[in-house]
Formats: sequence, C-alpha cells, structure tokens
Amino acid sequence: MEDKIRSLRMEHISKRFPGVLASDDISISVGEGEVLALVGENGAGKTTLMNILMGLYQPDEGRILINDEEVRFRGPEDAFRAGLGMVHQTYMLVPNMTVTENIALGYKAAWKPFRLDMKAVRDRVVEISSRYGLAVNPDAYIWQLSVGEQQKVELVKTLCLGARFLILDEPTSALTPQEVDELIVLLHKMTEELSIIFISHKLQEVKALSNKVTILRHGKVVFSGNTDDYSSQEIAAKMTGHEIILPKNSGSPSDGPVALSIKDLVVMSDRKTVALDHLSLDVRAGEIIGLAGVSGNGQRELAEAINGLRRTESGSISFFGKEISNSTPHGIIEAGMGYIPEERNVEGIVPSFSIRENLILKDSDSPQFSKGVFLDSRKIESTASSLVERFDVRCPGTATAAGSLSGGNIQKVILAREIERRPKFLIAVYPTRGLDMGAVEFIHQKLLAIRDSGIGILLISEELDEIMDLSDRIAVIYKGSIQRVLSKLEATRERLGILMAGVREES
Amino acid sequence: MLDIITNMLSMCIPFSVALLLASIGEMFNQRAGVFNLGCEGVMAMGAFIGMLIPFMAGGGGAVSEWYNLLGFVAAAVLGALFGLFFGLVTVTFRAPQGIAGIGLQMFGVGTAGTLFRHFVGGTQSIPGIPDIDIPVLSRIPVIGDIFFSHNAAAYLAYLFIPVAWYILFRTPWGLKVRAAGTSPRAADSMGINVSRVRYEALMLGGALAGLAGAYLSIAQAKMFSDTLISGRGFIAVALVYFGHWHPAQIMGGALLFTLAQTFQTIVQSMGISFPYELAVMLPYILVIVVLSFTSRNQITAPTSLGKPFNREIRT
Repeated sequence: MEDKIRSLRMEHISKRFPGVLASDDISISVGEGEVLALVGENGAGKTTLMNILMGLYQPDEGRILINDEEVRFRGPEDAFRAGLGMVHQTYMLVPNMTVTENIALGYKAAWKPFRLDMKAVRDRVVEISSRYGLAVNPDAYIWQLSVGEQQKVELVKTLCLGARFLILDEPTSALTPQEVDELIVLLHKMTEELSIIFISHKLQEVKALSNKVTILRHGKVVFSGNTDDYSSQEIAAKMTGHEIILPKNSGSPSDGPVALSIKDLVVMSDRKTVALDHLSLDVRAGEIIGLAGVSGNGQRELAEAINGLRRTESGSISFFGKEISNSTPHGIIEAGMGYIPEERNVEGIVPSFSIRENLILKDSDSPQFSKGVFLDSRKIESTASSLVERFDVRCPGTATAAGSLSGGNIQKVILAREIERRPKFLIAVYPTRGLDMGAVEFIHQKLLAIRDSGIGILLISEELDEIMDLSDRIAVIYKGSIQRVLSKLEATRERLGILMAGVREES
Repeated sequence: MLDIITNMLSMCIPFSVALLLASIGEMFNQRAGVFNLGCEGVMAMGAFIGMLIPFMAGGGGAVSEWYNLLGFVAAAVLGALFGLFFGLVTVTFRAPQGIAGIGLQMFGVGTAGTLFRHFVGGTQSIPGIPDIDIPVLSRIPVIGDIFFSHNAAAYLAYLFIPVAWYILFRTPWGLKVRAAGTSPRAADSMGINVSRVRYEALMLGGALAGLAGAYLSIAQAKMFSDTLISGRGFIAVALVYFGHWHPAQIMGGALLFTLAQTFQTIVQSMGISFPYELAVMLPYILVIVVLSFTSRNQITAPTSLGKPFNREIRT
C-alpha cells in the first residue's frame, strides 16, 4: 500500500470550453479523513471540475497538489495511480458478469498470460468488503442486484483497484431513502481511512455527511465553509442565488367525485412474479394522493397498468365510471389521462425529436396541429414557443433535440405537454428524481396548481418530503398492495417509514 | 434400418465441423459486440485458398499432408486478414455492421469464384485428408462408426470447443471480450481498449471462418465450387443466437442442423417418394422455427451487439 493521501488541493483552476468558462479560478482543498461536499445546481461546473481532477480534461490554468506536491494527470490512469478513484453517476458495471468478474476487469494483478486468477480477485473483494463493511456477494451477477447493491459493488471496485481518495458523483441520485441512510453510515465509517469528495444537490445528505462544503455557481466558487456552521436553508439559498421555499399543500380535503377507482388489481412483473396483489385505491378529483413506498414494491407496474402499458390479470380500474383496464394506451389518453412516466428520457420524450415535436406527440393527429394529412408547422411552432416560455424551459430554441436538454428541462417539456392537454387526471411517477432545487420548486408549484384547478393526481414518489409537502392523503404501498391510507394530518415521517417497511398497524 | 440410422449419424460429426468452426468464430465476434454477416464470404475465400495450395502442389494428384496443413494455415491467415479489414470498416470507421457484412459476403464469394476460375478452371478434385480410425474405440459397433472414424481436422475442431469455452470464461482476454460486447463504456472506464479487443475478436473469428471454409474444401468435399459454402456462413450466424453465445449450446445447434441435413440427403438417396425440394428445405425451416421459439435471454446476450463504440457520444 502506498502513502496515504493526507491532503489534496486544487488551486486556481480555470477551464474554457468554446463559448463557456466552465471553471473560473476554482480552489478547493480536502484534508485527511475529511468529506467535502461539492454543491451546485445542474450545469454549475461540478462534474467538469471532477473530470479535471481525474485527468479526463486538462485545466487551462491552475494546479493540483497531493500531499503538497504538484501532480499532473494526463489521463485517468495517472489519477488511478496517484490513488484517486471515482464512482460515476451511471454505474460502470457489466450486467452479465459477476461482481468478481467485474472487478477482475480492472485488477491487472490477477491477469496471468493464459489464466485469470479468480481466487486472487475474490480474496481481494472479500478483504476490502469486510474492511469497509461493504457487504457484497462476490459471486452474484450484477443484473441480480438492486441499484443500492450495485453502488456498493462500485465502491468495492474502486477500493479494490487501489483508491485512497474517493470521488462520488451524485451517489444517492438513484437510491431509495433507506439505501441513502445506509450509504451515509458506510461513508462515515470509510472516512476513518480515506477522504471523500462528493457531488450532490441534496442538502440533507450534505448536512449529514460532509465536514466542509463548497458551492459552485456558473463555474465559480460562491461559498466555502464548514457544514455545521450553516443551515440547509442557508446553503440552499447560496446554491441557487435566491431563497428556495418549496410550496406546501395547504388546501382543504377534496370532496370531489372519485376520479380513479382501482379494485382488487392483480398485475404481473416482468419476471412473471405478482407485482400488484389485489390492490385497491380511490383517488378523488381535486386531490393529490401520494403513493409512498420503497421502489420496487409495484409502483412502476401500477402506473403502467393504469396507462394501458401493462396487461392486468384481474381486478378493475375505473376512470370516471368507465372501465379502462386492458384498454389501449391511445384510448386511455383520449379518456383524459395525463402521465409523467418514470423514465423521462425513454418513455417521456423521443430524445432525437425536437422540443416542439415532443410537445405535440400526443396530439399529432388533432385538427389543432394539422391541416388534412399534413402537420401545421406554424401552429405547432407558436404553441411550442409559448409553452417553452411559460414553463421556463431553458433551451436554444424549440427546434433543439429534446434529448440534449438537462433532466430538469426535459421534465418541464413533459409537464408542459401533459398539462396543456387539459387532462382529467394526472399520474406523476418520480417527477423530481435527480432534479435540482430550482426545478423541484417549479414542478411542485405546477402540481399544486393543477390540483387546485380540480384535477386529481396520483403522485408516486420515494421522497417522503415531496409526498408530505404535496399530498392530501398518503397511501403506503408494500409488496403490491396498499398498507394503509393516511390523511395529511395523520402522516409523520416515522409512521410512514414503519408502514413502508411492511409493518402492519393495529387498526 | 439400423444401418441407415448409423450411416446418418456417422455423417453428422464430420459434416458439422464447418458450421461449428464458423459459428464459434462468429460467437467471439458477437461477444465482443460486432456481428459479421460476411462470414459466408470469408468461408468462401478460406475454402478457395485451402483447396488451391494442395491442388497447385500436386496438380490434383497425391500430395504431401504438409500441403493440406499449409492450406489450412493459409485459410486461417487470410480469414484473420478479412477480420482485420472488417474491423477497420466497422470499428474504426463505425460503418453499420449489417451492411458492411453483406458487402464482405458478396466480395468474398465473388472473389473466391473468380480466382478459382483463373487458377483452377473447372471442377478439380484433391485427395483431401484421410479418416483416422482410432485404435480399439473405432471397432466398437455403431459407436465406433459414429464417433471414432473421422478425419483429424474434425477431432481437432471438437477439441477446440472446451478451449473456446476456457478462452471466453477463464482468461483475461475472454473477460475483456465479454465486457466489450456488453458494456463497452464500463470496459473503457476500466482502462480496456475496446476497439483493440474488438479487432482481436474479429481476427480470431475471421481465422475460424477461414478454417471452416478450408475444412469444407480440403476435408469434406475435397474440391471447390462456387456453391460449396451454400449458406453455411449465414446458418453459422443464426446458430450463435440459437446457442445463446455459449460454445456448448452452439455445438448442439450445429449438430441439430447437420442431423436435419443428413436426414434429407438420406431420404433422397433411399428413393422414398417424398418431394426432394421439401426435404432440402427442412434444415433451413428448422433453423427459422427454432430461432422463433428461442427465448430472448437478455441476461447472456451481449447487449451492445451491433453498436459501434464512441467514447465521446453518450447513448
């Protein structure tokens, strides 16, 4: 084992890309056993800075010092050799290989000329995972693991390959709340042996995990300090440049008619196991029902079944009195269903289509946007530009490919399309996953506005704060059925957490 | 009746070798993320060069075994060069693999036929390689005929199956190949040169396709003609899917297909009143039917198959 990394400093780093100054005289420093949170909105320059640190980009100005000695990384290999290891936001794992095989891919010490020394790799995996308390099964295939487990594999991999300093790019963006808590405990333990930089825009974790925080905005450091000295609100305000107050649902309970009524619904998962087990739920017009639960308990299947994207085995879904189970998606859309799907890049938009084409995807054959068999490009363009403005989609123009936008802007495009169709009901699945605070605020405001206009919303989310802020009633889903429905007033974080874990309440 | 069945089964192993070698080669290509529809063309070139060398050496008469071996080696080298060329087109220039493969197929088949007419002319046979009766074992009734009375190349080809398995699942290179075909981005992030691995796999695949062609001309037909390969290269590609990219299952597929083929030749030679056109179609129909019912197993499949890798472009 080589020397510990006792200190790492980046001094006066600047990096220009054509037309943008991505890093503008940035300095950061991390000492032994410290955790630095690098915070900022999407596009603030966090990832660019880390790519410079990992040798993927060369800085135009500035220098990097490890243990007070200047280093130059010409590529990621140099950074690995110096002991830096990065866990990317999208995991770099091969799904049809085992954990051990994935690690062997980078563990050159086990590469014999005609043989792969799998035992050596396995021993290394076992050693590292017990040393850092990262429980992984070395023989499991990656495709068998949950997202949280895959992240542990990524951590084990990085450590096995000799990292003595960790860089984590938005480590919690795909994790469930339970997995996040677990990760925070793990990382705390790991700081006994190494230092960490982590990129995040979730302030809760920043508070829970870091000693120091550096906030970037438009490529500049706008703030650096000790985490404990500032509140989440103060950090949030520094991050966005203005104070963010997430809106809350303060309306009174809806007495509207039942809009969506699900009874005894049974649906199978992709793996042919029971995903929804006699699930029943009613949602009224003008109320938001938050569906809380650990992901993988049937949320995806429920949303797909309601929207006609998954066959139902038995039970009924009635939409304003009309049975819609096993109807075509087109029929359900025509009946007035709006849908914000889970995978915004795959199901929500056609990435290669322009923004304006995506905005009329569901209405391409409506007389509003067509003349006979031809699309009416002038009307499409005028509608699209007004939507882009009203929904604050930041883009060069409505002809831009939707796939090139950031997550928050893609979500605004989807929201604009779904709301503008004036649906009678809206299903929103993880609507703010991975978005920055500014975008979350905007989307929450819009959802509440739709509710106030008398439209019912089924909000599926794993962020308890989001559910508690927005919902009139909260239904907890566990293993494919509804554990319990609580009113806004009855729900507390603790009570929801217990229900989500599958514990039944005496009622 | 027993005679006929024994006869049929004893043809199975030697007749399956060309398919087996070609599809194991194609398996390496696809495991690395590239499918080579030009397999047929590479086989044709291998068959031609493999036949040409012993023919030139002996003028169609008896010839030293070393010339046959030289024929195989030349076919492998030529196949590897075709693999290298295909790599240049599909890996470096990122041409669509399907189109490039069809081009390679037409180029190979056409060139082999043209060169054949130039250097050889009409139908000429070569002595080929003899069958070897394995002592003791070959004298077991039935079993001996089916398993232990074939040419040396057939034995070697079957011995190569466990070797191919070992290469794919137990060596660092096999690990790199599997990663490059499934998650090239992950492989890249681990410092693996994805393009290089794909080139290497394409060269190995090409060499095996060349050998498969040479086997047809040197060991099986003992001659060359324009229609010698007759779609085996395409069947080999289909067998890779059928066999889920796994050597043992690919072997099963090759044997099944060959069995159907020998069945139809025997049906014809027995003079049963059965329209021979239908009999000839049987093996191909079998492939289509089996492929339609093969489960789409996303777990073993190299999921980046057919996608050029470009570090700069995120998909």
